[in-house]
Amino acid sequence: MLYNIFIDPFVQMVQMPDLLVQTLWEGLVSGVLYALIALGFVLIFKASGVFNFAQGIMVVFSALTLVGFYEKFSAAGFSGHAAAFVALILTAGVMFVLAMLVERVVLRPLVNQPDIILFMATFGITYVLIGLGEMVFGGDPKQMITSELFLPSGSVDVEMLGGLVSFQKIDIAAAIIASAMIVGLALFFQKTRIGRALRAVADSHKAALSVGISLNQIWVIVWFAAGLVALVTGIMWGARSDVSFALEIVALKALPVLVLGGLTSVPGAIVGGLIIGIGEKLGEFYWGPLLGGGIESWFAYAIALLFLLYRPQGLFGDKIIERI
Amino acid sequence: MFYRETGQFKQSYAADQAVFPILQDRLGLAAILLVAFVVVPLFGNEFLLASVMVPFLILSLGAIGLNILVGYTGLLSLGSAAFMGVGAYAAYKLSTIFPGVNILVWILCSGFFAAGIGVLFGLPSLRIKGFYLAVATLAAQFFLQWCFVRISWLYNDNPSGAIEVPARTLFGLAITGPSATPVTRYLVVLVIVVVMTLLASNIVHGRIGRTWMAVRDMDIAAQLMGIRLLPAKLLAFAVSSFYCGVSGALMVFLWLGAAEPSAFDIKLSFLLLFMVIIGGLGSMIGSFFGAALIHILPIVIRGLPEALGLPIAAATVEHLTYLIVGALIIFFLIVEPHGLARLWQIAKQKLRVWPFPY
Repeated sequence: MLYNIFIDPFVQMVQMPDLLVQTLWEGLVSGVLYALIALGFVLIFKASGVFNFAQGIMVVFSALTLVGFYEKFSAAGFSGHAAAFVALILTAGVMFVLAMLVERVVLRPLVNQPDIILFMATFGITYVLIGLGEMVFGGDPKQMITSELFLPSGSVDVEMLGGLVSFQKIDIAAAIIASAMIVGLALFFQKTRIGRALRAVADSHKAALSVGISLNQIWVIVWFAAGLVALVTGIMWGARSDVSFALEIVALKALPVLVLGGLTSVPGAIVGGLIIGIGEKLGEFYWGPLLGGGIESWFAYAIALLFLLYRPQGLFGDKIIERI
Repeated sequence: MFYRETGQFKQSYAADQAVFPILQDRLGLAAILLVAFVVVPLFGNEFLLASVMVPFLILSLGAIGLNILVGYTGLLSLGSAAFMGVGAYAAYKLSTIFPGVNILVWILCSGFFAAGIGVLFGLPSLRIKGFYLAVATLAAQFFLQWCFVRISWLYNDNPSGAIEVPARTLFGLAITGPSATPVTRYLVVLVIVVVMTLLASNIVHGRIGRTWMAVRDMDIAAQLMGIRLLPAKLLAFAVSSFYCGVSGALMVFLWLGAAEPSAFDIKLSFLLLFMVIIGGLGSMIGSFFGAALIHILPIVIRGLPEALGLPIAAATVEHLTYLIVGALIIFFLIVEPHGLARLWQIAKQKLRVWPFPY
């Protein structure tokens, strides 16, 4: 038994390195996508202190909106790449309107309330978005418009380490786009005027207000940025499987990623995503059969819990200083 | 006008510190109990008893359990449904292994199993706080739910993977299983819920409750005042899980009749959290308000189009329900972030000083 748990999986890893590479790659890709969802959380948490539970549903909602617009266009005889990109821009517009509404209707009246109340309010947003999305777009899974957005499909098989490792092209594209987006966000945060304002708000709401930064404006920008991240995430997830409300449960996986990396850290979200993604796939592949399979559903949380016991504020989170 | 303490003189400290110091409050409570025990079973139809009142009471009990943890001790938990599941599965196993013992004994005993598991998953709470703890409790939620699916011993290797409630009797009356009438089930649930609410009310108003509230308001300060954090927090986890466990056992035995592991999924955890927050954190009556709102509101919304004769498809109604419930959650939070219990308090205060504003 002990042999099966502690030694056998590693022996297998060494014996079949190609399988290991394949598993690692799959873990890496799902890790990148978890990291993208977590990134949306972190953006909002940093700037407004709101633990935005609705990020997961925003991913689904944006993807559904995109596909919905495209379907409307192609029904009107306007299809192809141009239509897809018009739909993309319109969806971004919808996310902007959503950000404004959230700020206006939910955040502004609830300013200065305890964290848990704001957390609950984002549950309300989640419910509204689920109801709205299902009513407008229907509950059936939809096909993401991958080829219209110039996203590749198919796979590349690489012969390495005495075996065949297959990489899905869409996964490679997802990894590249995600990295580009993370670099873009980092530049936006560090080099632009708005980025500087965002960092100021993240440090202290009051100090930011006192130097003339409009909190309301910043919140709209942040929710819009999170909406765009959600849109990209939605496209990537949608391209790998269908676009449906089942994604919602996947979004819950972003929570362990988030606490693992620390709620306030952008690099933390990425590192956390990779750790959870890879750990989960390795656990499922090598240790799962011992426990009867399906451990993917809770393994991520167990990893996060272990890390938290060691560092209660997450790997990159700000140290929690408590005063009386 | 009628609701004020004028002329009610207290002659002892005990009377002054009573939970309900005002006579009208006590009368109101007695009236509610009278309605619940006599009027509802006599005049309620089957739908009201079986689909509205029984679930409402059971969910209230679960909400009280969660409220002890979140509202009184300040430990955010998203795993309450899993603890309900532990209670349900424990009651099922116990009642099938020892069929001779009365089922009510096992329903109450199942709470202790839930409490044990709760303490185990509460251990990290000493180190982890806030939202980080919420995610730690999610580990409990998903791990326990996985156990309910994978460990076939828990459901006696039933091929469908569900637990089915055996028929059991109390004083010759069937209280569980298909032959139990809604009235008996309602009364059994009502008695358990009333007794356990009373118990919880006494716990939170006593020394233990004050310890919990001190921990909630600031745990370091509480520690400096001589409260040992680990026992206090673990006790909160134990009591909370006990209530959730009993509520879960009741849910399967007296409401659903059979349950699959998916009955205890994350949605139920969120639902309980809604009830606690909408009802009012740190309030017994708030747990009932929250359960009433969250459970009964969708039933009303679903029934409304039919009652009004509006031709709306069932699917649309379902989506509208989501939309309206979500909007109402936001609305209630904006109107009164401290929950319905606070609204109730404000209303009572206004009545007390009427016709003056204060």
